Amino acid sequence: MSNFKDTFDSYDWDSLEKEIYAFTEADVRQVLAKDKISLTDFKALISPAAKPFIEQMAQRSQALTKKRFGNTIQMYIPMYLSNECQNICTYCGFSMTNKIKRKTLSDKEILEEVAHIKNLGYDHILLVTGEANRTVGVPYLKNAIQLIQKHFSNISIEVQPLHQEEYEELVAEGLYAVLVYQETYHKATYKTHHPKGRKSNFDYRLDTPDRLGKAGIHKIGIGALFGLEDWRVDSFYTALHLKYLQKTYWKTKYSISFPRLRPHQGEVQPKVEMTDTDLVQLICAYRLLDEDVELSMSTRESVNFRNNIINLGITSISAESKTNPGGYSVDPQSLEQFEISDERNTQEIIEMIKKGGYEVVWKDWDRSYTELA
Amino acid sequence: MTDTLKIADKTFESRLFTGTGKFSSSQKMREAIIASKSELVTVALKRVEMHNESDDILVHLNENHINLLPNTSGVRTAKEAIFAAELAREALETNWVKLEIHPDPKYLLPDPIETLKAAEELVKKGFVVMPYIHADPVLCKRLEEVGVQCVMPLGAPIGSNKGLRTLEFLEIIIEQSTVPVIVDAGIGAPSHAAFAMELGADAVLVNTAIAVAQNPVEMGIAFKMAVEAGRLAYTAKLAPVKQHAEASSPLTSFLNE
Repeated sequence: MSNFKDTFDSYDWDSLEKEIYAFTEADVRQVLAKDKISLTDFKALISPAAKPFIEQMAQRSQALTKKRFGNTIQMYIPMYLSNECQNICTYCGFSMTNKIKRKTLSDKEILEEVAHIKNLGYDHILLVTGEANRTVGVPYLKNAIQLIQKHFSNISIEVQPLHQEEYEELVAEGLYAVLVYQETYHKATYKTHHPKGRKSNFDYRLDTPDRLGKAGIHKIGIGALFGLEDWRVDSFYTALHLKYLQKTYWKTKYSISFPRLRPHQGEVQPKVEMTDTDLVQLICAYRLLDEDVELSMSTRESVNFRNNIINLGITSISAESKTNPGGYSVDPQSLEQFEISDERNTQEIIEMIKKGGYEVVWKDWDRSYTELA
Repeated sequence: MTDTLKIADKTFESRLFTGTGKFSSSQKMREAIIASKSELVTVALKRVEMHNESDDILVHLNENHINLLPNTSGVRTAKEAIFAAELAREALETNWVKLEIHPDPKYLLPDPIETLKAAEELVKKGFVVMPYIHADPVLCKRLEEVGVQCVMPLGAPIGSNKGLRTLEFLEIIIEQSTVPVIVDAGIGAPSHAAFAMELGADAVLVNTAIAVAQNPVEMGIAFKMAVEAGRLAYTAKLAPVKQHAEASSPLTSFLNE
């Protein structure tokens, strides 16, 4: 069976970079005259030459998003289960060498956090951990899913990459989605930022969505961490990855996230800055490329940015997120993975969404569908 | 008005069926559906809390003239669909089900094989089955044979608003069907709905075009009028379309000489 690596290996970072930066306004105009946007067209839309067309792209992105997703925004909330980690990631607060207090939630603590989150109204949850296979391995995750299952319609995880059989095990427990970001598709830069731990294996991470697809997961979330490398080239690779996955694992749904580097313990300055304008351009370009892919926005972004972005193509957002284990109620003072930017509470976000003319969707899945799988 | 539509044990005055997704609020949804006079409204099981009587969507549809039609959107197999339908029957107290099995989450195209399997099983279990399918005339006959009470062929992919792209096949289905034919998916404008009704469809199902309109209430009314006009045109028998003028009979006039 094929995997993405074959496709990935047929592209070269430097040539792509040259190509993307060589587009002209005339090229972009030609692309925007088309009904269907191809991967090649996508390159033009994320190029610097497309900047003057950003309003036009936004209008089209909004119309396409409304057609497919309607006047709705889905809500989810992350729950950090653990900050233990055996990886060194230069940009992450949980990185192994950071001298922070490590914590992994017990069953009792998980349920206490759940009670707090349920009170806020959430029905879709994202469980997050670092990579500590002995303490937070598959048995721990399986237990956590079993524990919280009756409280949520939809459970996703963002944890260390697992083997196919392990994913199958979790899917059987009712897991709906897995988010796994490549961070950067630039091999050498990847190595610099992930010098130690299992995460330093670029190829294994790259192959993760393939293993998920083979395990029959309902949804896979992909993306790059913006700031490590040129966001344009990384985004082209992400789009390439998306198109490959859609063709190969056609029963699976996909989502894209847009994390930009945020301040945290053990600061790394972004190598390539991505401005708000860049990010809007990218979101719109994704929507023009693909009408159906879910586009997700976390609380990393600012109040003003989030107020406006729900109109432009984003389909799901989080609110009031805590990025530390126990952050909601058990241990609010523990160290965060990164600082969030939009600190408004859930009620304020609901108001913002409604004011924008959208309905908040809390539930878009039924537990019984996953239980049966 | 005597021109009613009967499906299983229910009689409908309105031939416009609607959906509940994509509206900007449950209140807007309610207003648009009431304005459209629709009497059969489909709701995705995955979107509602089936056992919660104060579920926002369900509360807003609590009207005597509105019949709920739970749909199985999100399931990928016959087995999952049957399970979902049974849950809905128990929680929503209806044995009607809109059978939607689309394992492809991108274009939401229905799986004909799983749909036929599930339909057969659900009919045996006493359900009124309304299957969402491709405009496939043979599949329609196969579904009839297993006892579905209507068929719901698509005009174009769901939410595409592209109109009756499957026209040739819809015409065959309408010609051959012994159960009501409801054109579902792809109807993006009242003119599309009127056209489907003029062709002889028994009803249409419209969601996106109403929900995403700038003014969903007025669009609901527009669809109501279009469906009525199309139906009336169908029963009034449209005048035939002429390809060219019939001025003389150059080929057969000799017969009268």
